[in-house]
Amino acid sequence: MVSVDDYGDFETAWCPGCGNHSILKAVKKALASMGLEPHESIFVSGIGQAAKSPHYLKANVFNGLHGRALPAATGIKLANPRANVIVQSGDGCNYGEGGNHFLAAIRRNIGLTLLAHDNQIYGLTKGQASPTTTQGHATKAQPGGNPSAPFNPVAVAVTMQANFVARGFSGMIDHLADLIVQAINHPGFSLIDIMQPCVTFNKVNTFAWYKERCYEPQGHDPEDWEQAIRLANQWGDRIPVGVIYRGTRPAFEQTLPHPTNDLLYKNRPARDVLKEIMNVYS
Amino acid sequence: MRRELNILIGGEAGQGLVTVGELLTKALIRSGYNVHVCQGYMSRIRGGHNTFAVRAGVERVLGPVSKIDILVALNQETITLHKGQMREDGLVLKDKEIEMEGDGLLEIPFKELAPSPLFENVVGLGFLSALLGLDKAVPQGCIKDIFGKKKPEVVEKNLDVLEAAYSFARKQGIQSHNLARTDQKPGLMLTGNDGVILGAMAAGVNFCSYYPMTPSTGIPMTLNAKGKSLGIVVEQAEDEIAAINMAIGASYAGARSMVATSGGGFALMCEGVSLAGMTETPIVIVVGQRPGPATGLPTRTEQGDLNLVLYSGHGEFPRAIFAPGNPEQGFDLTVRAFDLAERSQGPVFVLTDQYLADSYRNVPPFDLSRVKGPASPGDSWPDPQTYQRYALTDDGVSPRLVPTLGPYLVVADSDEHYPDGHITEDLEVRTAMTEKRLSKEKIIKQDVVPPDYYGPDQVQTLLVCWGSTLGPALEAQGKAGKNKVGVLHFTQVWPLDQDHFRERMGSAGRVVFVESNATAQFARLLEREVVPDSKNYILRYDGLPLDAEYILARLDLS
Ligand SMILES: Cc1ncc(C[n+]2csc(CCOP(=O)(O)OP(=O)(O)O)c2C)c(N)n1
Ligand code: SF4
Repeated sequence: MVSVDDYGDFETAWCPGCGNHSILKAVKKALASMGLEPHESIFVSGIGQAAKSPHYLKANVFNGLHGRALPAATGIKLANPRANVIVQSGDGCNYGEGGNHFLAAIRRNIGLTLLAHDNQIYGLTKGQASPTTTQGHATKAQPGGNPSAPFNPVAVAVTMQANFVARGFSGMIDHLADLIVQAINHPGFSLIDIMQPCVTFNKVNTFAWYKERCYEPQGHDPEDWEQAIRLANQWGDRIPVGVIYRGTRPAFEQTLPHPTNDLLYKNRPARDVLKEIMNVYS
Repeated sequence: MRRELNILIGGEAGQGLVTVGELLTKALIRSGYNVHVCQGYMSRIRGGHNTFAVRAGVERVLGPVSKIDILVALNQETITLHKGQMREDGLVLKDKEIEMEGDGLLEIPFKELAPSPLFENVVGLGFLSALLGLDKAVPQGCIKDIFGKKKPEVVEKNLDVLEAAYSFARKQGIQSHNLARTDQKPGLMLTGNDGVILGAMAAGVNFCSYYPMTPSTGIPMTLNAKGKSLGIVVEQAEDEIAAINMAIGASYAGARSMVATSGGGFALMCEGVSLAGMTETPIVIVVGQRPGPATGLPTRTEQGDLNLVLYSGHGEFPRAIFAPGNPEQGFDLTVRAFDLAERSQGPVFVLTDQYLADSYRNVPPFDLSRVKGPASPGDSWPDPQTYQRYALTDDGVSPRLVPTLGPYLVVADSDEHYPDGHITEDLEVRTAMTEKRLSKEKIIKQDVVPPDYYGPDQVQTLLVCWGSTLGPALEAQGKAGKNKVGVLHFTQVWPLDQDHFRERMGSAGRVVFVESNATAQFARLLEREVVPDSKNYILRYDGLPLDAEYILARLDLS
């Protein structure tokens, strides 16, 4: 039996009341409920407050560069397709610096679970607008209001038919834990965009703000793409949470030719095969 | 009978000149000749002016020459651009539609001898083979090997065209360009890129990610096409940044990883180099140089990115840079690069350039039995609770384990970290980790490849070169006359060990640096390294600023 305690208890560098704490709880809960032992998962993150999450639980960790968690995770998954690879980072990291990688990961449909901590602000660099910040939202860096329209990651992911797209809220820990389990179990690329209050720098999208708006839509069929598109675009007074879209594309890593072994590092070049290849040049 | 010939085939992209050139080169190598091919092409898929220059000799040939013995003109422009390079007794082969007057002209009825334009390259092959006096069975064999996988009728048709071209050439009765016989054993026909590719395969590469960029694209393309039976995974990334991060990720997961790119792509990879340095992840990075800055001359050659590679990545960490001078060295040094990357747990570079990447040579088959696969990461630990990815050790090298294979945890971090991999801002830990990372330089320095010296003990003029300049420098030495010139060639350009070259350079009458760039990058590096090591340093790297107290405490004023 794996329990939440097996994932340890660490002192964090987060502000009290930050949404990251609850997301961490949900992650541990999800992994424990799946019976996954700490060493069976690899957490990959970029840079930011959210990206510190993997340091606060027991797991294998690759904490890379700002915006580059997805490519690093892709390499890890290709080298070890059996590993449970979870990517965790903020909205700035995933959709700003890493925007191109986000689109490519959806297209590639590699078997990763992306947990995007979406606090609609840059936390670690102290309150600049992020790609998901609402237009007009005034920040210290954008005192006249953020001039750009926000990026809607859920809508983009559904439009591109990402294999699993969900929206979560850090204030609904059990609901979020359940989403994480579903995302891990679904083959191919999974996104959970998690709304998360930043109590220090985002005075607009507060816990109460999210709490008032988040609702679980009844009777939604995640396999219905057009319904999903409509739901993904719903934002404002009411924000739907839960699984928005589920596709059936085969996972990228399952389409690869791995003739000798799933774990790439175990492949050693056979001398006769090498010789044959060399002879082609004669 | 000639002992050496320089054949230049010129035409537009899309006219199949590379195919004729490659077939001819293969036939020459199989006939026992030494060859050197220099390819020139423009950055376009159709049109433009491209050249494929094959130099063949009974004796060793090492670089390109400008004088042409046989010019094969597939278009008018070839004549315009190259007729001035013809030797007096040179021969121009051309289609009758191409205009030229004067002696030494031979028209080949490409259209008549070939049933369709598809076969014109075989006409060229047949004609040239006959002209050089090659045994007909050799080009026949080349055709069978290359088209053999297709339908038998395709082979038959091609053989018929070859036969027609052969007898046409014989009827012309030209013997003047026959090559003297050789009994040298045929070798492999390899470009510099091929040497690197075979080296990577022999070293057991598992993973290669890339974003296409001339002249390195051929490396991942070939690994993909030929490496399936070896289980190699090749992934075209969305950009170079993704490519290097993927390769580092795969390496973290245990795979032997590489990326291949050129200067412009490498510029994007630089943050990844730093990541490999900080996370102590082995990775082999092949940089095929071409002229910059920016997009520069995309299909030409230069050795202009040494400084970029040497200083790439922010922060301080050790690295090694190899620079092969020919395909054999490409093979050996790539094998070495994989081994060193694993042993030093960090980035190791193979620096080539377009000239080397694309130029074919005849190379004796590699002795694969000599290649030991590099060390692999481990997959078990006696007491999993005690495993630390960045454990402080005497030589700075920590135990590298593959994650998920046992109950231990592998934590790697781009932030400064404790020995267990977790993030820290403790400045003492910072200092210890900086020293640990830098101390791995010892491993790299232990077996720096010494430069190769070619020439007599005492020499008037010493040519100092690196990478692909080897062949041209050696040819210059040969042509300069007996015992006049020595050549000192560096196949490892970083780190340098002054014991390897100080004496040699000091004893030469004069030292002349030869490199393909405008600012003598290697010369300056070497000159800098020759300065005797000074122990007068006060250094600080715990993250705090220097202050007077710190300086005075370390300043011996007594
Ligand atoms: C290449 C690079 N650019 C910029 C930074 C500085 N930086 C660190 S975190 C961050 C933004 C973090 O925002 P987000 O991803 O939304 O995460 P949060 O802190 O809000 O959880 C930035 C710009 C960096 N570390 N690396
Ligand atoms: S700054 Fe914001 S995101 Fe960062 S820890 Fe504090 S509340 Fe959380």
